Amino acid sequence: MPPIGEMIRESQIWKSIFRHPMPTDRRNRIVVMLTNFFLHLHPVSIKKQGIALSYTWCMGGVTFFLFLVETVTGVLLMFYYRPTLEWAYNDILALRDVTSLGILREIHRWGAHAMVITVWLHMYRVFLTGSYKPPREFNWVIGVILLLLTLLLSFTGYLLPWDQLAIWAITVGSNMARATPVLGYEGPGAPLLSVDGLDMITSASDARFGLLGARFVGEETLNRFYVLHCVAIPLGVSLLLAIHFWRVRKDGGISGPL
Amino acid sequence: MHGHVDYATFLHQISGFLGSYYLILALMNAILAFYLWNSGKATTLFRVAGFPFTTATLWLLVAVAFTIISPLAMSGDARWVVFISIPQPLRDFSNWLLGPVVYSVGGLVLFVVLFLGRKFFVKPMVAWTILILAMLFMGLAMTDPNFAEIVTKPDNVPIVGLIFLLGFFTWLATAKAVENDERARQGLPPTEKLDDEKVLVWPDLVYTELICMVAVTALLLFWGLMLQAPLEEPASSVKTPNPSKAPWYFLGLQEMLVYYDPWMAGVVLPSMVVFGLMAIPYLDFNKQGNGYYTIEQRKFAYIMFQFGFFLLWIMLIIMGTFLRGPNWNFFGLFETWDPHKVEALNNVNLSEYFWVKMLNMPLPRPSPTDGALRSFFTYILRELPGIVLLVGYFTVIPPALVLFSKFFRELFLKMGFVRYMVLNNLLLMMMLLPLKMVLRWSPLNLKYFIAYPEFLLNF
Repeated sequence: MPPIGEMIRESQIWKSIFRHPMPTDRRNRIVVMLTNFFLHLHPVSIKKQGIALSYTWCMGGVTFFLFLVETVTGVLLMFYYRPTLEWAYNDILALRDVTSLGILREIHRWGAHAMVITVWLHMYRVFLTGSYKPPREFNWVIGVILLLLTLLLSFTGYLLPWDQLAIWAITVGSNMARATPVLGYEGPGAPLLSVDGLDMITSASDARFGLLGARFVGEETLNRFYVLHCVAIPLGVSLLLAIHFWRVRKDGGISGPL
Repeated sequence: MHGHVDYATFLHQISGFLGSYYLILALMNAILAFYLWNSGKATTLFRVAGFPFTTATLWLLVAVAFTIISPLAMSGDARWVVFISIPQPLRDFSNWLLGPVVYSVGGLVLFVVLFLGRKFFVKPMVAWTILILAMLFMGLAMTDPNFAEIVTKPDNVPIVGLIFLLGFFTWLATAKAVENDERARQGLPPTEKLDDEKVLVWPDLVYTELICMVAVTALLLFWGLMLQAPLEEPASSVKTPNPSKAPWYFLGLQEMLVYYDPWMAGVVLPSMVVFGLMAIPYLDFNKQGNGYYTIEQRKFAYIMFQFGFFLLWIMLIIMGTFLRGPNWNFFGLFETWDPHKVEALNNVNLSEYFWVKMLNMPLPRPSPTDGALRSFFTYILRELPGIVLLVGYFTVIPPALVLFSKFFRELFLKMGFVRYMVLNNLLLMMMLLPLKMVLRWSPLNLKYFIAYPEFLLNF
């Protein structure tokens, strides 16, 4: 009887899932990259310099991995959490004190902080190696948008525990929108937009209102930020990530001296 | 967390952490000493009675010193801890000395010194010494309740991590850049070019990724087990905490509020930062330095980026997180956050300097009978000095640079009018922040270049 491992790998089920033999020889190490959905993001071969940790710092990869961690822990947290004034704080309290695996919240929060830091370090590396230069200009632009979305993800998530830290950080942060030129009711130019002495831009119609869904951080804001945090922004990030990775390949793979 | 307990309890609380911290430091140095000795890379510093005192010996002694310090910290006893604390007079002096001006100018000086002396500072032993000294300082300062409270606040821990990570990666990148620049001088290709051969992604890259994933997961689990995510009292829209701070990554913007109104600090400047970042690849026409670390071959781009990133972003975040307390007043590292601290604010607008102090006239003011248009122009007249100054700043400096600086003339010729003006105006916009900081700190106490409260336009 052949060894059990070999039996499994020779079975119809295994073969139907993986489409390729174990990557133990050169041919199959090439085949695995071409036929596996998750691996086909990568090229088959790569310059040695391009995978040196001292060159890439692996920060882009770590950022992506943290995004996945945030997605998984985030989905699990959504099972426990209700974004209403009545429940939001209590649910987080329960996550801390009662729920098994409440550490999910810690991992989610520290992962979010870490992700902001790794995005910065990734951009720092890309700048220092001049990797945004032609033909990779546009991928840098996508990267800047991803940076912005990462910050917004973190910012919208900050409100959800609905404690003093959350509500006031968001209040301070969103107060800035009140001063948006023309579109904020305390912004320069806003008084110009009035018809017969009736202001068109008021605290109930300006940019901040659009962000908060109310004139102050309240239940509408909680709902709005929850949807942004769990659905809208992650969808946008996913799309841009796909383009970002695709462009890395199309623009000549990882950067290196010509 | 520690602020409301007496000193003995506080020491007891941190003793375990601090003791392990020094043990880790001892271990780090011991490993380095062993590595130097084992690899034969240790160099002899001097000889004592014919016996060589090598770098390995040095770091071994440092390791021994930290091992001795560790139980002192572990004891949690004030009689012992006093020996591993920064002396109170020094702490008082630091509190007295440190303010926004010393902090920012000090940061600039540090940046310049590190940049000019980069060949020296990237030497592994120099960098290691700086790291150990920084960590030693952290340890010594940790016995101060005020310092400990602000540094160990759960949401501030990532910023402590950020400081060390940025330090490490900046060292790594600069070391590589210095080496590549030296090689370029000798006519050699950059080191990145040496590893030109191709390897298969499976296993070389895939395994690295797997190890990275495991490492990050382990780190997150450890972090999550050690440190509980913060959860304060339930939200209350009537109880305003003092200070109220935005999330840490936006504290640079909140710090800008000291110098600019929200429409600038919170809306226009951040938009310019995003726009400016996106514009970088289209403004930097330098073909050199693509795909390898270098400083010499792209000095201007390098300095501008580091200035914006370190001094105007990271430094402001650190200040906003650690040094800004109640009422957004500045507090030293070892100072108690006293909500009753009063700081005099006598800021004066440019228009007031011009009309009242220089021309000895009252500020131009529309009379109540004036129509809207007439009032509008009166206000414009009142703020004319600031308007002229700022319009001049953005329109006169770029062509002046072309006329008087060879470097900018070449930029202009290579980039063309539009790209040159975009680059220059972005850089001038960036420089407006430090410029305004300096004018605010100067005896002028400048408040606004243009104060136009009638249209909510203060600049």
